[in-house]
Amino acid sequence: MSSVEASDGIAEGNDNEMPANTYADTAYDVPVFNSNGQIVLHPEIGFYEGLINNLLADGYQMCVDLCGVDYLKNLTRKLPNGTKAERFELVVNFLDLSEKRRIRVRVQLPEDDLKVPSISMIYPGAEAMEREASDMFGFVFEGHPDPTPILLPEGWMGHPLRKDFSMGRIPVQFKAVEGR
Amino acid sequence: MSTLDHLRNRDAILRISESEAENRAEVIDPDDERMIINMGPQHPSTHGVLRVTMELQGETVLRSKPVIGYLHTGMEKTAEDLTFLQGPTNVTRMDYAAPLFTELVYSLAVEKLLDIEIPERATWIRMLMCELNRMSSHLLFLATNGMDLGSVGMMIYGWREREEVLRFFEKVTGLRMNHNYIRPGGVAADLPDNWQSDVREILEILPERLEQFDVLMTGQPIWRDRTQGVGVITAEEAIALGATGPILRSTGYAWDTRRTMPYLAYDKVDFDIVVGTYGDTFDRYAIRLNEIRESMRIVEQCLDMIPKGPYRVEDRKVTPPPRARIDESMEALIHHFKIFTEGYKVPAGEVYTAVESPRGELGCYLVSDGGSKPQRMHIRAPSFVNLQTLPHMMHGGLLADAVAVISSIDPIMGEVDR
Amino acid sequence: MADVHDLKQKLGLGDAGLAGLGHNIFTAPIEELVKWARRRSVMPATFGLACCAIEMMATGTAHYDMARYGMETFRASPRQADLMIVAGRVSQKMAPVLRQIYDQMMEPKWVISMGVCASSGGMFNNYAIVQGVDQIVPVDIYAPGCPPGPETLLHAILALHEKIRTGELTERRKNTGKGAGIELSRENAPDAQPEPVIIRTGRR
Repeated sequence: MSSVEASDGIAEGNDNEMPANTYADTAYDVPVFNSNGQIVLHPEIGFYEGLINNLLADGYQMCVDLCGVDYLKNLTRKLPNGTKAERFELVVNFLDLSEKRRIRVRVQLPEDDLKVPSISMIYPGAEAMEREASDMFGFVFEGHPDPTPILLPEGWMGHPLRKDFSMGRIPVQFKAVEGR
Repeated sequence: MSTLDHLRNRDAILRISESEAENRAEVIDPDDERMIINMGPQHPSTHGVLRVTMELQGETVLRSKPVIGYLHTGMEKTAEDLTFLQGPTNVTRMDYAAPLFTELVYSLAVEKLLDIEIPERATWIRMLMCELNRMSSHLLFLATNGMDLGSVGMMIYGWREREEVLRFFEKVTGLRMNHNYIRPGGVAADLPDNWQSDVREILEILPERLEQFDVLMTGQPIWRDRTQGVGVITAEEAIALGATGPILRSTGYAWDTRRTMPYLAYDKVDFDIVVGTYGDTFDRYAIRLNEIRESMRIVEQCLDMIPKGPYRVEDRKVTPPPRARIDESMEALIHHFKIFTEGYKVPAGEVYTAVESPRGELGCYLVSDGGSKPQRMHIRAPSFVNLQTLPHMMHGGLLADAVAVISSIDPIMGEVDR
Repeated sequence: MADVHDLKQKLGLGDAGLAGLGHNIFTAPIEELVKWARRRSVMPATFGLACCAIEMMATGTAHYDMARYGMETFRASPRQADLMIVAGRVSQKMAPVLRQIYDQMMEPKWVISMGVCASSGGMFNNYAIVQGVDQIVPVDIYAPGCPPGPETLLHAILALHEKIRTGELTERRKNTGKGAGIELSRENAPDAQPEPVIIRTGRR
């Protein structure tokens, strides 16, 4: 499996400034990007499961973190190799304990199709994290052994971390108290 | 058999929803000794609002499932509404036993996005405070672990030691808990005068007290019987489940982010990584006890090696000016106003930073869209992931051991539920 | 005569003496004895939720020691407890559990809402946190702080003891079902608090 060097033709800089087609390198056959010194892979949804298997085989033994991001207000951000920016992103961080390196995977998911293959069969530790992501954003993890709510009460309507879910702030009324 | 097959075949996780568990609990089959019972969310084991649904056969735990969410505070949503300077006030309340670590990881993430370098003294102050916080968090673990396993006196002793450290924190940060001291750019205030003598006092009192804990627990036959061989997990299982911190180290795998991927000034101080052998509850207890000793070593080195200098970055766009300057300079007043009302803008980008908290790898995934508030902030809480090892550790054990296992994982529900 | 006055105060007879009680001379001392027993051995139910629980535990242990007020035995079973110190933020999922525990407690029972999250939702004014535990249970004493230090919690407990002593709380609860709703402040502190020291900087 190809290993990723941080300096091989990877454009540096931030997402919003990156020009679309100056990008030449790929790793594990998906576009790769250097974000603030960290290596990020951008697979399409179809390549996601294969990539995860490749990462496990390459030595990334631990799935450290899995979360979602809602880019409702930032749909015009630029991504490497012309990857189309969608509203939702699934972000997975991996750690290779023997080589002491980290890698990140970001998958774009459109609003109307939030189905993602579950990686909890490959990394059992991702089970709870996937449940949290589906609670908070509404991702549907196919093949997940226990797709029940984890943080929210059962029967909760809506997905709190979406940008169109309001904070739920209540207006505070200050009662007149004697002596103050 | 691979680790994954092993984990799956053990069938330790009770994967049913809460309403299903309630329904099944009402069905009693006289021939089947199996029953589903519920432990928590309010129970005397002082680990906050954790609920464990267990399937028992007599006294043996077959399958179990930790049910969480009883302390879900919507902190990640709140973070999107607070500026980057206000961020630490929110994240500090996640892991309330070791609040400085969450503040640290958030500040490191923001500083990485801002691409600023903080002064050396700030780095060393952060390291000193974090190691003291590690000590107080492990003392809390020793106290609650002791009490859960019957030693009520340990609860009193652990808290007595903790008060020494909290008194120092109050002197430096103004608060005993949830300090909001480590902020992006440095720390909130410099260490007070004579702080070295206060820290030396702590370092003088503690070793003898730790010896007393050794006498009370480590060598004691009852303690050993209750903890040795209980809640065993192997290194491959722990890595597959994402467990880090004392759980992973108890299996014999020496992974400590401070040593393997150093941050702050950990590569400049000399300390050992404490590693267990059997992966059981006793190992986890012993690791945390000895980590207090290692933290004391680091603190002692900090006493000598801490450099002089500014305690926060001088960039006035990021850190507020000293209060006295506001009377004198218009620019200082404007900077102060802008920082505290609007907040400073952080360049667009995303970053994941990780530190070693007393519970394991604490990470912060921060996304900025160029504004003054985070677009997304996600904290990778170690207890959330470590709790997934609970069913595997409890499988096949007795109900009495379940308490020992929960206690040895040392979950803090604030960071589990966020 | 100062001794008799002190003795009366100690016995809880106060300035109104026996006339302040609405019953006959024979049951009155027993009432006082009951009130004395109630406030001298309050048994809190373990209801530590979040950060305030750590401070509650600190209040119970050696340095601040609730045992000198007779309160170190935290009863795990709500049936055996009479005080519920709601220590920490109450989430939407936890609210029914809170009410269930409260309902299981026997009368007379009291509630101290410890910390700003329990009193009013605190810094978390959002979808997930109940904005004040008084939406669910009647609260007698609100202790502010994030988290309130052990001294504040002891102040709250002593204020509660004072209210139990005068019988005010049990009367009110019987009549209206509501809590006393007393907010801690400097004015109603039982002992004088030291004045805060104000430090001025700048050219003045």
